[in-house]
Amino acid sequence: MTDKTSPDLPVTDSAATGVTAKSAGLSRRSLLKGTAAIAGAAVGSGAITGFPTIWAQNIKNVTLRQFGTGVSNLNEVAAKVKEDLGFTLEMTALDSDSVTQRAATQPKSFDIADIEYWICKKVWGAGNLQAMDTSKIKNYDKIVGTFRSGKLTPDSVIAQGTAPHTVGFVDGPDGKTFADSETGWMTLIPTIYNADTLGIRPDLIGRPIESWTELLNPEFKGKASILDISSIGIMDAAMVCEAMGEVQYGDKGNMTKEEIDKTMAIFTEAKKAGQFRAFWKSFDESVNLMTSGEVVIQSMWSPAITAVRSKGIPCVYQPLKEGYRSWGGGLGLSANLSGLELDAAYEYINWYLDGWVGGFLMRQGYYSAVPETSKNYMSEDEWGFWFEGKAAQGDITNPFGQVMEKAGSIRDGGSFYDRMGAVACWNAVMDENKYMVRKWNEFIAA
Amino acid sequence: MHPSAVNRLSGLLVLPLVGILAVFLIVPVCLIVVVSFWDYNEWDFFPAFIFDNYAYILTSPVTWATYWRTVQYTVITWVFCTSIGFTVAYFLAFHVRSQTWQIALFLVCTIPFWTSNIIRMISWIPFLGRNGIANSVLRDAGLIEEPLEWLLFSDFAVVLAFVHLYTLFMVVPVFNTLMRIDRSVIEAARDAGASGWQTLVHVVLPLSKPGLMIGSIFIVTLVMGDFITVRFMSGGQSASVGRVIANEIALLQYPAAAANAVILLATVLLIVSVMLRYVDIRKEL
Repeated sequence: MTDKTSPDLPVTDSAATGVTAKSAGLSRRSLLKGTAAIAGAAVGSGAITGFPTIWAQNIKNVTLRQFGTGVSNLNEVAAKVKEDLGFTLEMTALDSDSVTQRAATQPKSFDIADIEYWICKKVWGAGNLQAMDTSKIKNYDKIVGTFRSGKLTPDSVIAQGTAPHTVGFVDGPDGKTFADSETGWMTLIPTIYNADTLGIRPDLIGRPIESWTELLNPEFKGKASILDISSIGIMDAAMVCEAMGEVQYGDKGNMTKEEIDKTMAIFTEAKKAGQFRAFWKSFDESVNLMTSGEVVIQSMWSPAITAVRSKGIPCVYQPLKEGYRSWGGGLGLSANLSGLELDAAYEYINWYLDGWVGGFLMRQGYYSAVPETSKNYMSEDEWGFWFEGKAAQGDITNPFGQVMEKAGSIRDGGSFYDRMGAVACWNAVMDENKYMVRKWNEFIAA
Repeated sequence: MHPSAVNRLSGLLVLPLVGILAVFLIVPVCLIVVVSFWDYNEWDFFPAFIFDNYAYILTSPVTWATYWRTVQYTVITWVFCTSIGFTVAYFLAFHVRSQTWQIALFLVCTIPFWTSNIIRMISWIPFLGRNGIANSVLRDAGLIEEPLEWLLFSDFAVVLAFVHLYTLFMVVPVFNTLMRIDRSVIEAARDAGASGWQTLVHVVLPLSKPGLMIGSIFIVTLVMGDFITVRFMSGGQSASVGRVIANEIALLQYPAAAANAVILLATVLLIVSVMLRYVDIRKEL
């Protein structure tokens, strides 16, 4: 109800428009069968390079309904799609719980799902998504290694949790189980990802913060917060417990019951001792807690840090020695897509990886799946600041023209390779998910 | 017309209501009961006949703690809403003489309801915060040195918001019953030598029981079923039954949520039926 990920994103209810779109789709499909066949022949003969393609006239009638979390469901993207590709993209922004719910239970309400990899692990089994043929993805080879082999650089160590490549591939178009290597059939095309850590108020703390253990440091009693989304909160909790040396985990992303018990026991004790000021569930809550000074150290997401800073309040996305908790999102195709609409969806995905969106998102502090194409859409200074971790030469503005950083500042955590290379754990869904959720609810109720 | 024909006709008149209640109340409740016995996994729930959902709820100490907390909220909120609500209604009914003023003041009571529930609740947050208005005023007045932390994100804040939100639900029915008390009864009490206090306790209070009971039913059902006020005002740190259900729905655990809802429904019905034993609302209306 009030869990919208970002307050300023308009929410269109595609469930309401779904009915009309569907019936229009049916008639459209029968009408266009002929032209699609011609188009298919044209594609086959290699007559088409890039977009717009030969059936650009028909594709204008296509409407693709996309839903996802607020981070990448931006109206600017829909407008640019209309401009570049000609068809209509309807966006619906929801919080991550609702996204999971819709992907799992309302397959007819969407054409494209913009979901996180751990959500994919959870809902793939429901059979509402179809795998993508990587040979149709133009920039497939340029996608960052993290999403293909799992390794950012050839000598990277794969982090714990639901690493994207472990749920990124299936054996065939109808594959139900995940494959452990690149098979040519991708579940999600990665869109954006980032490395998360703790946000702090340096002005109210006044000393360096270096470890996850500080979240439970009694010094910050009544001034700490953690996010109340069980699947992500448990990870932050595990990062803290491991850093404290209290719990050793086999895999933080797939804990045993015993590990869950130990972790929650430590946090329950801290909660009872009054360590936490509040728990937050939506992006704007975390911003308000930090801005008002109710909280000085907490789990936080990158755009929330930016939002606090844009109010003139110092806030640092503190890199910690134990590493980051990372997450990644991607676009999945509805199993209901076929024919012209499926072609349009591939067109859209190729366009997505072509760089404009990547640049748009990277200027907000996220990373794009194909950074080298995004570079073409960013200034040298922006690329240096956001990707290479260099000091800004001039003011750094976000895509909406707001100044985010002054000249001379450096991104918290440094370059892409420094940040994404220090990932300790990916957001995950565990085998003991049901048990974990119960324990988490007990922690909240304690 | 023949009496039995009249009966049949009035039976027909009830049909639309029966239809509405059946479709929008009976059927959904039955569905919830059915689903509460189903099984589920991460993304789906499917027909089964298992008692696990109930077994977990009834044996988990968290359930008992949550219900205990919810009942505490309900009782404390009820006490404040009733005492404030009754006082306000009494003042309006007996101390304000002109009917124009009565109506005017009654409308004043409803002004906060011109904005949404959520807005009224959230507006407390900047007021009560660590650097909020309440704390700065107290500090400037020299009454405290350190900000009072318990003002916000605490049980105090939750109850404060509840009382603020729901007192009017007590004022309205109590005011209604007080207005219907025959003034000659009060005069008779005074003639018989009763003091003001005695009149209040032995005459006014018993006669206002139906109003108090209707108000109490509102408050009990609203507080028992709440999830958003508890979440916002406790900073997500306190649980209530409604929040547990909301969490389970968010995590796609529909059968568990349904089982919880059935138990909550049974609990509330039990409380309301006990309350109704003391007052026959139909007779007194």
